[in-house]
Amino acid sequence: MPDTTELQTKNKLKLIVVGNGMVGHKFIENVVNHPDHENYQVITFSEEPRLAYDRVQLSAYFSGKTADDLMLTSEDYYDQHGVKYIIKDKVSTIDRAAKTITTESGRVESYDKLILATGSFPFVPPIPGGDAEHCLVYRTIEDLERITASAKGSKVGVVIGGGLLGLECAKALHNLNLEAHVVEFAPRLMAVQLDEGGGALLRTKIEDLGVHVHTEKNTKEIVAGETCRYRMNFADGSHIETDMIVFSAGIRPQDELARQFDIEIGERGGITIDDNCLTSDKDIYAIGECALWDGKIYGLVAPGYTMAKAAVSHITGGSEQFTGADMSTKLKLMGVDVASIGDAHARTEGAQTYTYINDAEGLYKRLIVSADKSTLLGAVLVGDTDAYGTLLPMMLEKMQLPEAPEVLILPQVEGGGESAFGVNALPDSAQICSCHDVTKGDLIGAIHAGATELAELKSCTKAGSGCGGCSAMVGQVLNAELEKMGVEVNNNLCEHFEYTRQELFDIIRTKKIKTFDELLEQYGSGHGCMTCKPAVGSMLATYWNEYVLSDDNIQLQDTNDIFLGNMQKDGTYSVVPRIAAGEISAQGLIDLGQIGVKYDLYTKITGGQRIDFFGAQLHELPLIWDELIQAGFETGHAYGKSLRTVKSCVGSTWCRYGMMDSVSMAINLEMRYKGLRSPHKFKLGVSGCTRECAEAQSKDFGVIATDKGWNLYVCGNGGMKPRHGDLFASDLDDATLIKYIDRILMFYCRTADRLQRTSVWMDNMEGGLDYLKSVVIDDKLGLCEDFETDMNRVIDTYECEWKKTLNNPERLKRFAHFINSDATDDRLAYEADRGQSKARIAQPSVRAEKAKGTEIPALEV
Amino acid sequence: MSNINWETICNVSDINKNTGVCALHNGEQVAIFKVGKEEQLFALQNYDPFGEANVLSRGLIGDVDGQLVLASPLYKQQFSLESGKCLEDDSVILKTYMVRQQDGLVQLQA
Repeated sequence: MPDTTELQTKNKLKLIVVGNGMVGHKFIENVVNHPDHENYQVITFSEEPRLAYDRVQLSAYFSGKTADDLMLTSEDYYDQHGVKYIIKDKVSTIDRAAKTITTESGRVESYDKLILATGSFPFVPPIPGGDAEHCLVYRTIEDLERITASAKGSKVGVVIGGGLLGLECAKALHNLNLEAHVVEFAPRLMAVQLDEGGGALLRTKIEDLGVHVHTEKNTKEIVAGETCRYRMNFADGSHIETDMIVFSAGIRPQDELARQFDIEIGERGGITIDDNCLTSDKDIYAIGECALWDGKIYGLVAPGYTMAKAAVSHITGGSEQFTGADMSTKLKLMGVDVASIGDAHARTEGAQTYTYINDAEGLYKRLIVSADKSTLLGAVLVGDTDAYGTLLPMMLEKMQLPEAPEVLILPQVEGGGESAFGVNALPDSAQICSCHDVTKGDLIGAIHAGATELAELKSCTKAGSGCGGCSAMVGQVLNAELEKMGVEVNNNLCEHFEYTRQELFDIIRTKKIKTFDELLEQYGSGHGCMTCKPAVGSMLATYWNEYVLSDDNIQLQDTNDIFLGNMQKDGTYSVVPRIAAGEISAQGLIDLGQIGVKYDLYTKITGGQRIDFFGAQLHELPLIWDELIQAGFETGHAYGKSLRTVKSCVGSTWCRYGMMDSVSMAINLEMRYKGLRSPHKFKLGVSGCTRECAEAQSKDFGVIATDKGWNLYVCGNGGMKPRHGDLFASDLDDATLIKYIDRILMFYCRTADRLQRTSVWMDNMEGGLDYLKSVVIDDKLGLCEDFETDMNRVIDTYECEWKKTLNNPERLKRFAHFINSDATDDRLAYEADRGQSKARIAQPSVRAEKAKGTEIPALEV
Repeated sequence: MSNINWETICNVSDINKNTGVCALHNGEQVAIFKVGKEEQLFALQNYDPFGEANVLSRGLIGDVDGQLVLASPLYKQQFSLESGKCLEDDSVILKTYMVRQQDGLVQLQA
């Protein structure tokens, strides 16, 4: 057997990938996904201490993402696909004649094809004093750790370089509570991507945020400072003082290996490659930022991915090549939308331009068109980049411009014909997602193959899962295509209602409908079913917040709601009183303990920091709840599609690290939203500092204290597909935090599908997180007041459902196993274990025999 | 007809519309449901053969393609109220019972 394996390995073409960055990993991914992947053995080396991570999202590390969150791959994934990986070991030598490489640790490996994906390194200008202790760079996770550490002892921080990375870094310093400065050699920020007007507006916006910008500054030397650690002296005689400096003055290709071993490099660096990404050695490829194609280095990830694809194609006998890439970009810098397309500087001969400036709203848009005004050459957008999705393909595909090109950037007027230039006008070859190179044609293919929901379409094509900038566009393609296919997307709730959940909610709201029977009579048919009844019950409860067990509502309630308890597998129930934020007095615990003992309940602490009693029979529920309520407890709604718990850490009251009182905030939130019926159950978490002991980011709403207020994370969840919440807003005061949660919750309750979690709800929303922000923060839909009114009504009409039920003798009749006998369902079977008499439910067969009525002998326990 | 005995279980008004109750009848657990404006009654075994527990009276009532059904509260299998037949698994048929309304009373055939 070993011989066969050996033989198989021998027959495989051995590929060594030097560098496991984003592009190196993409290469490996392409090999692994190739139909002939079994013919290749891949080995990858990384000098960094971890496998590939998302460097594009690096700045997210400062807002709480961990190195794990940023990982693009895992050891498991590589193991599973037979990819060998060696980290923390740098390839130092290539023997091109013998076709082997040697690493710093002395490891030798032979290769058939060598792929250099060594990336780039930050350029540090040769400034005297620039090698001081607190002069850092911004490239890897380790760099970010150094920046964070240095910022701790600093008051002022300077970033040298006003490009994209420099501005991101300045924002990070600003968020670390430093007085942040950006020093740029050129006369404007983002000089490569923006023209003068765009750069000027960006500067104003960034200065408004409190970051100081200095342009046309040439740093001559860095010397000891008077008020700070260092002083930077500029060529024009001015200076600033700072405690730390981060260089972000561009990148240089990491071409050291090529240089040393005589592979052709460009005059100013970069490993020369052809359209197949082959270097001057026919067995060595170079891809990504270390490669020089047609005299150009591409410092973006998308062209790197295309190179990876081309190299794999060449090795596997395909025909895809790298033929240059468009460098257009769209991004959000410190909250400012910025986009640059094509010839942003109008360098093409005869180029005409159109400019729209709106000082009041802080908008700058400029179109650059060909001399005959027939095609788009480029564009600059600052403040509003919605047009990017339409403009980019127009430029790339050289589409015919409308007669008056300015309509493309002028504000939309009522009845304006913008749709004519929407997605329908794009050819199938138009690239929609540049991060993952997904074309409109790819999307349409996936839609025809059945991906008719946005979240599904995104996950199967990967479109929108890179920078996310194309998310809205992907949604538009989906809608347009479904419409074209004539597929009536049937989002009807069920066979009884030809409406979506959202439509039904609107009907209930606007027609003031209060019962299911009314709704069914006027807008539905039949008797209803297990889909529409609980869904309508939930909507009625969200909007009117009337008693869920009223004569009209009781028929709608699902398994758990109908008896205000969670039915367990043997038909008994669990009982969970509210323990808001997990705070409970010692006496409260004693009271619970006594009740648990009295009714012989199995007891367990839940993941939501409360106590769960199991094994309560139907007739026992009112007895148990009566005692709980007398002891001062109320229902915990563990049975409802509603707020479950608000988990909290102990917070600043006790914790040495706590920034704020997380327990009080968690109690406030739990008492505020308790009882709110929602499309799916939801949870909150509040952590008193960024150590995040409450695991708030795995909740639908996560609140984390900073020294300036609360950070709000939204749409996270645990469960089957865990997802960390996205940062929605930072440093909020109590009132704003609550206001935002109120609004998001009500927006969710109104518009989500039934049983749709907040995460899927947001992923399905065109525009995703940004859109949600615009609705909730900027009140784009003008509904915020409405949301708040609705929420206040729910809060004002809150009643403990168990208390109400106990006061209603008619209702209590239902809590008996038999309507015509006081006997109970004694045919339940348990086994004791670990000190609890109901620790185990008996084997199904034993239980079945009992349940059907054949007595079995008592179990030995 | 006179030789048929009927056992009175409860008042019709004791059952909330479109819900069920469980009766102890000749030592067996019987689930009785009251459906629609007409207050039609149906009776099935209370034992859920899938979940293996006595819970069917606590299920949800609805209709599928015009057929009145009961959904089990445990794992949501649906059963015809009329015939007891399981919609998801033909081989499973619940026991049904004769049930009637008489002078505002719910009665099961003894």
